[in-house]
Amino acid sequence: MYSEKVLDHFQNPRNMGEIENYNGMGMVGNAKCGDIMQMFIRVNDDGIIEDVGFKTFGCGAAVATSSMATEMIKGKSIDEALKLSNSAVVEALEGLPPVKIHCSVLAEEAVKAAVDDYYKRKAEKKD
Amino acid sequence: MKRVYLDNAATTRLVPEVLEAMMPYMTEIYGNPSSPHYFGQQAGMAVDKARAQVAKAINAESGEIIFTSGGSEADNTAIRGIAERYKNRGRHIITTAVEHHAVLHTCQLLEKQGYEVTYLPVDEYGMVTAEQVKNAIRPDTVLVTIMFANNEVGTVMPIAEIGKLCREKGVFFHTDAVQAVGHLPIDVKEMNIDLLSMSAHKFHGPKGIGCLYVRKGIIIPALIAGGAQEKNRRAGTENVPGIVGMGKAIELACTDLEQKAEKIRTLRDKLIREIPKLIPEVKLNGHPTIRLPNNVNFSIKYIEGESILLMLDLNGIAASSGSACTSGSLDPSHVLLAMGLTHEVAHGSLRMTLSDETTEEDIDYVLEVLPKVAERLRKMSPLYHE
Repeated sequence: MYSEKVLDHFQNPRNMGEIENYNGMGMVGNAKCGDIMQMFIRVNDDGIIEDVGFKTFGCGAAVATSSMATEMIKGKSIDEALKLSNSAVVEALEGLPPVKIHCSVLAEEAVKAAVDDYYKRKAEKKD
Repeated sequence: MKRVYLDNAATTRLVPEVLEAMMPYMTEIYGNPSSPHYFGQQAGMAVDKARAQVAKAINAESGEIIFTSGGSEADNTAIRGIAERYKNRGRHIITTAVEHHAVLHTCQLLEKQGYEVTYLPVDEYGMVTAEQVKNAIRPDTVLVTIMFANNEVGTVMPIAEIGKLCREKGVFFHTDAVQAVGHLPIDVKEMNIDLLSMSAHKFHGPKGIGCLYVRKGIIIPALIAGGAQEKNRRAGTENVPGIVGMGKAIELACTDLEQKAEKIRTLRDKLIREIPKLIPEVKLNGHPTIRLPNNVNFSIKYIEGESILLMLDLNGIAASSGSACTSGSLDPSHVLLAMGLTHEVAHGSLRMTLSDETTEEDIDYVLEVLPKVAERLRKMSPLYHE
């Protein structure tokens, strides 16, 4: 049911775990539905995502989409990261079963939530 | 890679003796049992023999066995048949919140047709009591349908007590015994069971064959209309190889049933005893002792069922889960929720079901792999904090 790529990311998740000195953190989903994704980012002064990490409670697709999303935004600017779409994640994973598409949506939302948090923290600092 | 199959509640391996018994009926003995000629009669005799084997296993008479395509059809035939045929007695049905979907969805269908259904709640172990049934019976109750043993958590219901009660009250009693036949001793007379469903592939028989036991004197209309097969109670040319295989499989399953169950129970208990020692924060689902000899069901907190299954499978272990991702819906198992588990804990359930072919080596391998899987997934989980 899963592509080789999904299984690879599930077995060898990239950027797994909390990162040091993160300045943005987003958590989306809920335990009721069985998926929770937490995304950590460290953005440098140039607005580039230097480092990223994730933690996921969920099925194989939830783990693989979070892992893939971190790979796709690492080293990118926050503007580029905000453009990450769920379909791009699905494509990069060489497809997902139809019932698992919502996992990729969650991955996109997790990235956006982390960036939102980064902006919020930055604004608070200025105040 | 070492492969360990612990999903015997889903289906079992067809054993070679059963296949051997079936083979002639797929090749040289191909007659239609309804035909009066030699070819037909050869097949007819085989069906009669299998019917007697199945009847004997539950202490029924041959004439009380209707072969069906499996457990789901047997459940549908029983529930819809009784509701329709005896509706003048009343349109109230009693069941439980933890039944298999073949029973639950059939009851829901009848609700749409004007029947009233009481879904009895269960306790934390997934158990109902005869007292609950007694209190729910009304003058217009026509049928009580309660599973013999739960397919997910293995809890065995007090069937003999409920049967006795229903007989006294004059209410028909059906039990879905799909998970129990071949694992627990069943006596339909002693237990006052009126109707009982079973499925051959749950006890090393072939898929696509099952039966409904209907106590003599109870009239059950055919769900499938057509020819006069099964004494007008189930149309369609008999699945002769399947029926022969079911007869052989039930005979084998019920030979030394107690000794085999004891062996499986020992291995089950090893898992139940050792897993909490090796993995902190796990919860055994189902009754600790009044459970199927082959069922182990744990919730591993902070992690999700499908990813446990996937990682076990990558290590050669086949199991099952009640998580939403494996149920094909957004909600986890209705059984675990009815038992009062939170969504989060229900999502992390892992069911392992053994058979008489499971070895101690298999169990030790699970005890070696599972703690590593749990640890790895917990490291990934935002819910887990060491």
